[in-house]
Amino acid sequence: MKKRYLCTGNEACGEGAIRAACRFYAGYPITPQNELTAYMSRRMEEENGTFIQAESELAAINMVFGASVARARAMTSSSSPGISLKQEGISYLAGCRLPAVIINIMRGGPGLGNIAPSQSDYFQATKGGGHGDYRIIVLAPANVQEMFDFTFEAFDLADKYRIPVMILADGILGQMMEPLEFDENIKPKKIIDKPWALTGAKNRSAKSIRSLWLKPGSLEKLNEELQKTYKGISEKETRYEEYPTKDADVVIVSYGAVSRIARVCANDLRKEGIKAGIFRPISLWPFPYKEIRRIAGRGTKFLVVEMSAGQMVEDVRLAVQDDSRVDFLGRMGGGIPEEKAIIERIKKMTVIS
Amino acid sequence: MDGKKIKIRIDAERCKGCMFCVKVCPKKVLDKGGKVNERGVQCVIVKAPEECIGCGLCAIMCPDSAIEISSG
Amino acid sequence: MKKMFEKPRSMTCARTHYCSGCGHGLIHRIICEVIDELDIAGRVVAVAPVGCAVLAYDYWDFDTTEAAHGRTPAVATGIKRVLPDNVVFTYQGDGDLAAIGTAEIIHAANRGENISVIFVNNGVYGMTGGQMAPTTLLGQTTATSQFTRRADKEGFPIKILEMMKVLPGAVYLERTSVHSPKEVAKTKSAIMKSFNTQLGKKGFSMVEIISPCPTYWGMTPLESMERIEKEVIKVYPLGSVKDTLPQMSSSRTRGSIKPRNTICDRSPRSRG
Repeated sequence: MKKRYLCTGNEACGEGAIRAACRFYAGYPITPQNELTAYMSRRMEEENGTFIQAESELAAINMVFGASVARARAMTSSSSPGISLKQEGISYLAGCRLPAVIINIMRGGPGLGNIAPSQSDYFQATKGGGHGDYRIIVLAPANVQEMFDFTFEAFDLADKYRIPVMILADGILGQMMEPLEFDENIKPKKIIDKPWALTGAKNRSAKSIRSLWLKPGSLEKLNEELQKTYKGISEKETRYEEYPTKDADVVIVSYGAVSRIARVCANDLRKEGIKAGIFRPISLWPFPYKEIRRIAGRGTKFLVVEMSAGQMVEDVRLAVQDDSRVDFLGRMGGGIPEEKAIIERIKKMTVIS
Repeated sequence: MDGKKIKIRIDAERCKGCMFCVKVCPKKVLDKGGKVNERGVQCVIVKAPEECIGCGLCAIMCPDSAIEISSG
Repeated sequence: MKKMFEKPRSMTCARTHYCSGCGHGLIHRIICEVIDELDIAGRVVAVAPVGCAVLAYDYWDFDTTEAAHGRTPAVATGIKRVLPDNVVFTYQGDGDLAAIGTAEIIHAANRGENISVIFVNNGVYGMTGGQMAPTTLLGQTTATSQFTRRADKEGFPIKILEMMKVLPGAVYLERTSVHSPKEVAKTKSAIMKSFNTQLGKKGFSMVEIISPCPTYWGMTPLESMERIEKEVIKVYPLGSVKDTLPQMSSSRTRGSIKPRNTICDRSPRSRG
């Protein structure tokens, strides 16, 4: 029986984790994700899970590392500066092939920045903010319902591929309230077992979980294993949303909160007879290169819109392989792209053609 | 240890020649002088087994678990 | 022939990589003796540090993970909270615990995490070539205090154990050494008491062990043991720093020693 709630995106992430049987959360206060930490401090108690407010974001990610070593479904959340502190821990999680869920409610940067929404951590999230050849799955919700759904599903993805999964949202999605609906007794279909976990070598030989591989060639072998996993993920887990692009002259490529603005622009433009389409990457890694290339095959133009100086635009250019057809419009430091500016730019782009 | 035969076994490949055992042995049973092991260490050997009283201090001090003591 | 002394069961047969006369090998063995006597090898999940002892999992025959440098107490917190009935201990050097991991160790103690911490204080960073550590003594020369450590330039040797005494969460704190059989015996009973504290669910306990590093003290193994006696324990006095649990014994309280199998009858496992 479906129940409806009115809650913030932050709380939706929290409930999504609880319903996914996550019973370990370590966090640290930072705006604009505080509601999530506060929510977990209550809900984990109610579900007799573990909530720890750690001494720092990097202690928190390492607590998640420990909980994951011990087979728990574990999560941490923070916002941009805090996520920077977690990068070393994320690299260790990847190197040890440990599942974990990390939520980044992005804010203006660099440095202390501000507490306005932003998308300027795209590179950090998708190109690896830590050291070494590793990837993490990055999902970008665009509404409160997806904040719940993607967090809920992140735990299955993390366990299945033994990889950290990041939910990349921003201050808008984190702090705004919208209806959220889910089946009252929703729970994970099946939690796969984890023979690799460390629970004490009773009636089995001792094991270790580590990322130090000093013997020549052994680290290379581990990396080959990782790359094989990443290839499989790219083939099976790439996600995106397409809005009429078949006849589109210009496709607006954007994700997260910005994709909601793009949708309004596309509708308004169509009313004025300009055929505009929407392409929304949902998995930022693995990035939908092939799908964008398919659309580009029809000679369409692209306007990439981001709350940053232009980061995802590089991946779109990689996909399209023709810079003349990829334009960029962005706002930095917490600025939000406005509908008027997007519509003006697209009109200019379509007049010349 | 009247009548009881104490046997000290030093694993030459594990010994790193730190001499802790030699220093703590109250009866001067041990000393350097063994063959040079694979790691180029001249390991400790049991020089005067009959003096051994089985106190075990040598094994307690060995950082490399190279000393095994058995009796009877 | 009855075995009177041999390598503990929970220690693998691997030959350690530690230098001749290094205290790590000794402390590893003492921990394994305690684990054997408490018969808890099947319940232990250990957290190894970054430092010389990072390879401890090659020498311990129980589950071990490895933390990012300094984050060992945070990793152990995560494990212990998820597995409250397991025995979780961290093994850390002075760089891991008293430098980069200062926040983690203090907050783990302040939360009263029910874990045991083995803190090996040998005054230098061994793995990376003998640099100055927070515990380097004044006047001591190291790779990064080549004009000796001077108070006005490099500050003072830090006394973490005494600092942690004021944290109510820390219920048992002791400093021991390994520079003589008597001290080795004291180290063993301190570790036993720390594990019993955890088994009794009494809270956070930590044993700091003064250990020799002949290679980077620039001495022979025997000279480094003498240095501990003459210099180090003057700055780092041995003994109980805090003991709120006198009833927690430091002798074997439960479990019994299973009959021992012969030494190294299991083939040493290679660890990739």
